[in-house]
Amino acid sequence: MSKLVQGWEVVIGFETHAQLSTRSKIFSRSPTDFGAEPNTQASPVDLALPGTLPVMNKGAVERAIAFGLAVGSKIAPHSIFARKNYFYPDLPKGYQISQYEIPVVQGGAVEFYVGDDKMSVRLVRAHLEEDAGKSLHEDFVGQSGIDLNRAGTPLLEIVTEPDMRSTEEAVAYAKELHKIVTWIGICDGNMQEGSFRCDANVSVRRPGGPLGTRREIKNLNSFRFMQQAIDYEIRWQIGELEDGRAIEQATVLFDPDTGETRAMRTKEDAADYRYFPDPDLPPLVVAPEWVEQVRAGMPELPRAMAARFVQQYGLPEYDATTLTQSPAMAAYFESAAKACGQPKLASNWVMGEVSRRLNAQEIGIEQAPVQAVTLGALIGRIADGTISNNAGRQVFEALWSGEGSDVDAVIEAKGLKQMSDTGELEKILDDILAANADNVAQFKAGKDKAFNALVGQAMKATKGKANPQTVNDLLRKKLAG
Amino acid sequence: MSLHDLSVAELARQLKTKDVSAVEAARHFLARATAHDDLGAWLARDEEVTLAQARNADERIAKGDTAPLLGVPIAHKDIFVTRDFPSTAGSKMLEGYRSPFDATVVRKLAEAGMVSLGKLNCDEFAMGSSNENSAFHPVKNPWDATRIPGGSSGGSAVAVSARLAPAATGTDTGGSIRQPASFCGITGIKPTYGRASRYGMIAYASSLDQAGPMARSAEDCALLLSAMCGPDPDRDSTSLDVPAEDFGRSLGASLEGLRIGVPREFFAEGVAPDVRAAIDSALQQLEKLGARRVEISLPRTELSIPVYYIIAPAEASSNLSRFDGVKFGHRAKQYGDLLDMYKKSRAEGFGEEVKRRIMTGTYVLSHGYYDAYYLQAQKIRRMIADDFQRAFKECDVIAGPAAPTVAWKLGGHGGDPLADYLADIFTLPGSLAGLPGMSVPVGFGEGGMPVGLQLLGNYFQESRLLNVAHRFQQATDFHAKKPEGLQ
Repeated sequence: MSKLVQGWEVVIGFETHAQLSTRSKIFSRSPTDFGAEPNTQASPVDLALPGTLPVMNKGAVERAIAFGLAVGSKIAPHSIFARKNYFYPDLPKGYQISQYEIPVVQGGAVEFYVGDDKMSVRLVRAHLEEDAGKSLHEDFVGQSGIDLNRAGTPLLEIVTEPDMRSTEEAVAYAKELHKIVTWIGICDGNMQEGSFRCDANVSVRRPGGPLGTRREIKNLNSFRFMQQAIDYEIRWQIGELEDGRAIEQATVLFDPDTGETRAMRTKEDAADYRYFPDPDLPPLVVAPEWVEQVRAGMPELPRAMAARFVQQYGLPEYDATTLTQSPAMAAYFESAAKACGQPKLASNWVMGEVSRRLNAQEIGIEQAPVQAVTLGALIGRIADGTISNNAGRQVFEALWSGEGSDVDAVIEAKGLKQMSDTGELEKILDDILAANADNVAQFKAGKDKAFNALVGQAMKATKGKANPQTVNDLLRKKLAG
Repeated sequence: MSLHDLSVAELARQLKTKDVSAVEAARHFLARATAHDDLGAWLARDEEVTLAQARNADERIAKGDTAPLLGVPIAHKDIFVTRDFPSTAGSKMLEGYRSPFDATVVRKLAEAGMVSLGKLNCDEFAMGSSNENSAFHPVKNPWDATRIPGGSSGGSAVAVSARLAPAATGTDTGGSIRQPASFCGITGIKPTYGRASRYGMIAYASSLDQAGPMARSAEDCALLLSAMCGPDPDRDSTSLDVPAEDFGRSLGASLEGLRIGVPREFFAEGVAPDVRAAIDSALQQLEKLGARRVEISLPRTELSIPVYYIIAPAEASSNLSRFDGVKFGHRAKQYGDLLDMYKKSRAEGFGEEVKRRIMTGTYVLSHGYYDAYYLQAQKIRRMIADDFQRAFKECDVIAGPAAPTVAWKLGGHGGDPLADYLADIFTLPGSLAGLPGMSVPVGFGEGGMPVGLQLLGNYFQESRLLNVAHRFQQATDFHAKKPEGLQ
């Protein structure tokens, strides 16, 4: 498969900062809520007041372990927190506590589909660290404000090998990673609030040649910007190289207004962070029992669940993958399927009518006005021939808009029940045959179209309440007789 | 006997029997502190705060509260942050700084009923061996006001020695409790690393810093240490999960058969003859009490100096990064951009020795030097700790001088930092290994200056050390001697 761009091979690796969904910070007990008044969620520890010390939040470690288990990593029995030393006003201690040489999550892979191709992006590691505060440069004239609410927020930095070869693969990786961290509940995934931030390392090279010099696009906080930024960066790097200019290692920012990336700092500015093990924190010890405890509390992972849907419900791969986009959607499908005993029909309804309406109203499946079991009941009524497919859609519409909540009651109220009394139906059919002698003659002369016209007449006469199959069967019998 | 000559134990007893009130005791010591302000021991006192605490103690006594140290005054090294007094670490950087919380050690002593007399002078950020590195003023040795009191807990040692307080807290990173205790003729103990919470101790070198009491006797130290120690898992991750204990429980036990390890290297060249003589007679005294001398070797004693002066500055360079003029502490009045603000604030706020250690520490952690210095030092540190474990197979406690000489003259090292560093040689090995250690007054040397015997024990052997010191003090009266001419 050729993914070359103008004869260049694209090489992309990711570093993602996933904010862990703990209630308190990684080394203090301050809350981590987003959007509070500046500096109202900063304790003496977060402010780095003299005499304060970090104490590890167990919940953050558990979330890191859960992530490692979800992507098949090794959970290090022993990992080390280090200090990354640099001066910046929003870094209160003058160093960031981060795992450097020995991270808690080592190796693993994220697997996903790009179109029909199965991809596996290898992970180097995932390590725990604390976030910095925020510098507010716009709010004060001639001065900068510092908000330390975010300082000490727990992050899991997830680092890949440079395994991606196109923007499409990169975005698909990011989406899959996003799905995993939200699925297992370690991160709320809110990209706008910065809970899931991606840095993309992009370089290009001639196929088979050595790796090119990379530039790192920082803080990509939407999948759309991610795609635009990487696309732009690839074109820019190829342009530079083809014009005979070398790429300089740099950190760049994407400007959504111009659609361009621009260098923030180059390698020459690279600081010496003087990493060393933090003497305030003993090595993080994760006993096998702890790992098992976390494993026991984890939900079924999306890939395993999709495989089970194929196996257990006989769904096509496509359906299974689509239905496992979120735990809520998967759960909705499963309870609908169980309620009606018709998994494929349930899948069609969830992926069709339900998804269409959710998208139109921009709400999540948790807010769907029709409960999964209600949908199941409705599908059951279609399957057992009580109502037609068409009538089913009418019932669904009624349920969705709140006209009722009991399937049978709605069917009753709307008079949508299919005619099951063949005696009555036969009488109607006899009348139709009598009134449409020309169609009968045409059918007997071999024109199938004439048959359809007779069925149409029958459905019209029964106001759609007749089971089309029954009408079909009866008509053929009468015409043959 | 005046109030200020009473031991902590005796004062506590008299307070309990209401022979004296906490307010009386507090007033008495505050008056003495004022009378001896020329010694330079104090950085902060606040009569109102102290008396309020004393009144509170009296109320507790009246209600029948039986906290062991109820109403006994104490003063804190200014490395501990306190809500009620400024906390400066002896630095201009923190001049006037007020902490919104109390250090755990301070809190625990307050809960045990102690009344705080104020904050005591020390070398800036606990970096020094003479207390001449205080940004505010030096401290004079009450035995000879032309001499240094030792450091970095110099103010604490002087306050106890001059009877300005019955007891004081100190901190020991490379000998900062033991050396000044030795120089001022008092008793001080640094427990096993991790015994006392470091929460609220302004950090110098995190892997070495440890709090401990300084008082006039081992018995008093045992009382105080029992109140200071204990796990603090919610605030200090390096605090050990070892329950607090009564360190006085084995006081008075016989020393019969006790093996005292005497490291050859602690009696090598460089130990002044007067110190050697006093230590020798102390060892003989211990033998008289039933102990047996065992010659041992701590072969890497000399290496402890370069190892310490790599690891401690490395940690300090990072610990002191928070003093950047942004959030608290000194900020330069005039500056250009952010970088200029950092540079000027830190250049103005820190003293010379602190800057020297920040630079040393920054250097040894730098890319390309880390392996050669920091990592290498960590390896040797482990070997030093192993040497002690070998030694403790042959002996129960280790004894030797706390320092090679008695207290030197103010300015005596002529500002030569190396001379100061070399004088730390006997206290550094125990610090690097994280062992408990103490200094006990055992005699006098040149110029009538006190000499301290250093006792080192294996991990968690504080009560054994205290008992050895206690038995010695029962048989001698060096610890009861007062600096001459002191009223």
